[in-house]
Amino acid sequence: MVPAKEEVAMVIRGKGALVTGGGRGLGAALGRRLARSGARVVLVARTQGEVEAVAGAIRQEGGEAHALAADVGRGEDAARIAGVAQALVGPIDLLVHDAGTLGSVPLRLLLDTPDRDLETALAVNVLGPFRLSKLVAGAMALRGEGLVVHVTSDASVSAYPTWGAYGVSKAALDHLARIWAAELEGSGVRFLSVDPGEMDTRMHAEAVPDADRAMLADPDEMARRIVGLVARSESIPSGSRIELARLAEAA
Amino acid sequence: MTAASGPRARPGEERLLAVDAASEAVEELRLDELPRLVEPGDLLVVNDAATLPASLRGSARGEALEVRLLSERDDGAWDAVLFGAGDWRTPTELRPAPPALLAGEPVDLAAGLRAAVEGVSPLSPRLVSLRFESPRDALFAALYAAGRPVQYAHVRAPLDLRDVQTPFATRPWAAEMPSAGRPLTWELVARLRRGGVALAAVTHAAGLSATGDPVLDAALPLPERFDIPAATVSAVGAARRRGARVVAVGTTVVRALEGSAAANGGRIAGGRGTTELRLGPTTRRRVVDALLTGIHEPGTSHHALLGAFAPPPLADRALAVAEERGFLGHEFGDAMWISGAPAGGGRRRAAAVGEGVAA
Repeated sequence: MVPAKEEVAMVIRGKGALVTGGGRGLGAALGRRLARSGARVVLVARTQGEVEAVAGAIRQEGGEAHALAADVGRGEDAARIAGVAQALVGPIDLLVHDAGTLGSVPLRLLLDTPDRDLETALAVNVLGPFRLSKLVAGAMALRGEGLVVHVTSDASVSAYPTWGAYGVSKAALDHLARIWAAELEGSGVRFLSVDPGEMDTRMHAEAVPDADRAMLADPDEMARRIVGLVARSESIPSGSRIELARLAEAA
Repeated sequence: MTAASGPRARPGEERLLAVDAASEAVEELRLDELPRLVEPGDLLVVNDAATLPASLRGSARGEALEVRLLSERDDGAWDAVLFGAGDWRTPTELRPAPPALLAGEPVDLAAGLRAAVEGVSPLSPRLVSLRFESPRDALFAALYAAGRPVQYAHVRAPLDLRDVQTPFATRPWAAEMPSAGRPLTWELVARLRRGGVALAAVTHAAGLSATGDPVLDAALPLPERFDIPAATVSAVGAARRRGARVVAVGTTVVRALEGSAAANGGRIAGGRGTTELRLGPTTRRRVVDALLTGIHEPGTSHHALLGAFAPPPLADRALAVAEERGFLGHEFGDAMWISGAPAGGGRRRAAAVGEGVAA
């Protein structure tokens, strides 16, 4: 069952939402849609100008959004992200780990992959979410509720040649969500992994420059589906991994 | 009292001095033996305030100074304490005095922040309210870029913002870490919960522990703001009804709960408030039955507060034991548990096992 728009707004209105990777693509679309449903949104991205523009556009249409320039791959940024976000919107009810990196492009065979690329992918795609969840999930457990969403990829389950650094990091991210879910079972804090499939984003264009864009999903449509999942997440077992392409397309 | 010189490598190894007012027993435990002291049904209340990077370097009238932010007011101004040139490496009482600023004077701070003095306390020229020029989003971004945790000379290495957060840190309201919660781990919390202990939170804007001005130091703690969630009001009421104890984790929690009760005819109320309550031997506690806190030196307001739980001779004896056994004081130090006579002057019913137990 996909919840109706009003039901979505009932669940999300007034909630504190922190979305990483909010400067463009899926993260920006998710920020817009959460704000339209009444969430108080904090968007994080490395590039100040991009994330400011997204937050500014949300405020223009009457939503609440705050931009924060920070790098989830840097350990020292985690406390800053959690601190600023909770200073601005209060306790975080929804944390979306959307920021991700391919390691470097063009994608390479493992035999050609510099150590540094895997280190970068793990730092941004695994350590970053781990650190930020640690700073937010305890507060959620104290209040007895909260949802953390990991944005993952089918590269976490399929062994695609040249997607090594990224795929390994996303597989770790999936398992991280499962372990968080197991440890926080019964606390009211839930974790979901969401695979949006191949989307028409800058990241995808960097990974697969010659892709047929007509075959790629619209990030805004995937954001809509994620917001629907958030609204009915109580009915989804914590630790689940959900492929958005398999969800009904109907509103 | 020897001060702990920095964050502990292994949480749970802190020592715990357990003081029971009824039996006058003083017993030494390890912190991870805390479950022995609580009973099924007891309610543990923690302060979920995160610690701000409240210290900013700056200048005014061409003189270097340090601003330590205390708390944001509802109208967006900030209460703050000014310190003269230098930094935390110099004990506060040895720091030069800051310039005595007047209302309207500008203060230039790190990361390009600018503020104007809006008011000066009659207590001390160091206690001011500041109005920042930046909107709130930019203020917090700059504060977290340039601000440092408030720190004192007994900790030698510069503290990272992560060093001064408790496991419960949520909204950044505290000028200094509400340190009683710091040594707790989620593993210990889970064990307490399995033993039937309930958990709730208040947010209390813990202030500074030293200002460098003897007059202002004598007035500590200054009025502090707090926020009590409706869920905590219910949890305290339920604990009362089942005859279980309310255990405050930290003196700030005592201040929030007793401050709210004092302002609301003896019962705590949900929502925000400010308390000027100073607790001591003559305080009649209405809500809190027991306290988990740090090892506090005589002469501090924290130490005076212990008198609200145990007669001063017993509190002093406990402190002497802590001293003799080499317990460490200050924010990264060891812990003390004091269970007092039941709050509200009533007699406690036997705890009802299994009732109202959190997951």
